[in-house]
Amino acid sequence: MGELASGLVKIGTGLAAVAIVLGLLLLIFFIGARAKGRAQGPVAIIVFLGPAVLLLLYGLIVPAFRTTVGSFQNANGKNFVGFANYSWIFTAPGNSTFLINTVLWIVLVPLISTGIGLMLALLLDRMRRESISKSLIFMPMAISFVGAGIIWGLVYEYRDPSQVQVGLLSQVAMWLGIDNPPNWILWQPMNSFLLMIIMIWIQVGFAMVVLSAAIKAIPGDVVEAAELDGAIGWKLFSRVTIPMIRGTLIVVLTTIMIAVLKIFDIVRTMTNGNFGTQVVANEMYAQAFVQFDVGRGSALAVVLFVAVIPLIAYNVTQLRKERTIR
Amino acid sequence: MSVEAHEIIPMPLPDPVGREESIPEAARRKLSSPWASGLVILITILWTVPTFGLLVTSLRPAEQAQNSGWWTIVTDPAMTLSNYSEVLTGGSVIPNGIAPYFFNSFAIAIPAAIFPLVIATMAAYAIAWVPFKGATFIFFTIFALQVIPLQMSLLPLLQMFNKGWSLGPIPIFPDMNKPGTEQSLFVGTYVPLWIAHTMFALPLAIFLMHNFINQLPRELFEAARVDGASHFLIFRKLVLPLSVPAIASIAIFQFLWVWNDLLVALTFAGGTPDVAPITAYLANIKGTYGAQLHLITAGAFIAIIVPLIVFFSLQRFFVRGLLAGSVKG
Repeated sequence: MGELASGLVKIGTGLAAVAIVLGLLLLIFFIGARAKGRAQGPVAIIVFLGPAVLLLLYGLIVPAFRTTVGSFQNANGKNFVGFANYSWIFTAPGNSTFLINTVLWIVLVPLISTGIGLMLALLLDRMRRESISKSLIFMPMAISFVGAGIIWGLVYEYRDPSQVQVGLLSQVAMWLGIDNPPNWILWQPMNSFLLMIIMIWIQVGFAMVVLSAAIKAIPGDVVEAAELDGAIGWKLFSRVTIPMIRGTLIVVLTTIMIAVLKIFDIVRTMTNGNFGTQVVANEMYAQAFVQFDVGRGSALAVVLFVAVIPLIAYNVTQLRKERTIR
Repeated sequence: MSVEAHEIIPMPLPDPVGREESIPEAARRKLSSPWASGLVILITILWTVPTFGLLVTSLRPAEQAQNSGWWTIVTDPAMTLSNYSEVLTGGSVIPNGIAPYFFNSFAIAIPAAIFPLVIATMAAYAIAWVPFKGATFIFFTIFALQVIPLQMSLLPLLQMFNKGWSLGPIPIFPDMNKPGTEQSLFVGTYVPLWIAHTMFALPLAIFLMHNFINQLPRELFEAARVDGASHFLIFRKLVLPLSVPAIASIAIFQFLWVWNDLLVALTFAGGTPDVAPITAYLANIKGTYGAQLHLITAGAFIAIIVPLIVFFSLQRFFVRGLLAGSVKG
């Protein structure tokens, strides 16, 4: 019972912190409300906007600046080394593994997830009873990457072929007549794809739900008119459905791409980047917090930052365009 | 319909469980085929089996869990809850139980879901309804901050909490060491986690809350101002109550995001049972006790049951928050 008591104390600590912060805000509100006349506006701005501006300044703006500076410094941040950390990223032998893997991840995972998600959205749109399927396929989205790593670790569990199999994938392979299934997680270069499957498993539900909403929003009369003109099946799909949801498709693709670019938990949980599965985000963590090489860690963070910018910029312009069309 | 964030909070999406009639009923009947249904059922099974396997394995005795596939439960239906009791409180194999970490996750995630929403709602109100020069500039700057991946912030923030910051001789964040030691006051507390999660959540939360609050009817505020209500009164009596649905959607998503986070947790909490959340514990035992399948699976199920309960009971909110928050990073 000691566990439970100390657990309740912990939750109590959290709730107390909430109460304290809210109480403080309320107090400031009461003081702020005493401002009269012309002071009202400025006081309100400081009280309402101040906390957010301070937190953003300390949490994002200054750190982004510091990390950028740090990326031009050596391991302990004492001396400037020019572009050495960047040239290390792109030229050091062995680093091609995480660079190539990251490119494969950001190309394959979004395309496959969106493809399966689109197919499901189309199929579900034609079904009457879609709710259970939809919920179950969407469910992995609520599971942490670490949890997903353990779920799939069990699927990929390896045992010597002479023994009773514990992992589902090996067992299925043997049922299909492959007598000597590989040790999946060590099986280069296929192991990277096995890790990608975990991310696809998580992201398909997201793609499906968003695209399903987009397909449902296509006006019924558009579909009917197209059908009267003889557009059915593939023609209806490629000439009507796809153009109508094009903007949403791109948003789904880029959104998954951004998530994939920063993928860290899955690789760390499954292989810790070993066996040829390393990616940029996990290498960044390893350099910064395991090797304590602040320079390289910062440079890798900047690479992620620079890679994300065009994706988000594209996303935003795409959304803008769509908004003005409607 | 686009997934544009602006629309997600004010306009409820089609319920993921229910359906809206868009394609005429006759057309749908014509299009539906047993082939399509079969494919959907097949994918549903494929998508569910891994999680089901985890649940089954976590309920089997150690011997069966480690030496046979979970599907053999059909022929060997032995089940037990002992894995759960061992992983919760610790036992002969894993000395330290998951329970402290489980409570840490709540202690981290509840405030880390509430703080950013309160602060974001305040900021959003100021930008939308307190007229001042530069409001648009601040709004777009905050919007643009979403492009900064949190990887950019980790190292400097950690340094700030541990050693403070100064700009030359000017301290901009004090070095808060425990008196007489080299150790920061924040080490071993939830404070850095709450602050870091709040900071990272703000750009998106302010953006979404602004889009919501901005659409509230102008007459409401004008009438209140004419009656002599201060901004503080308007915020408490009008804005907060009206914003509850939007706040709830984003807060639920933020809660799950924090609950499932590993990167921020590893950076700011280390692995101690004092503050580290359940994800950090799981990642740790996966590496150390990976062969103890019965315990790992039970631990993982304890970790995912909370998000799953939230997911299945609040799916409508979850979808809205997710669509809005999926660009978070």
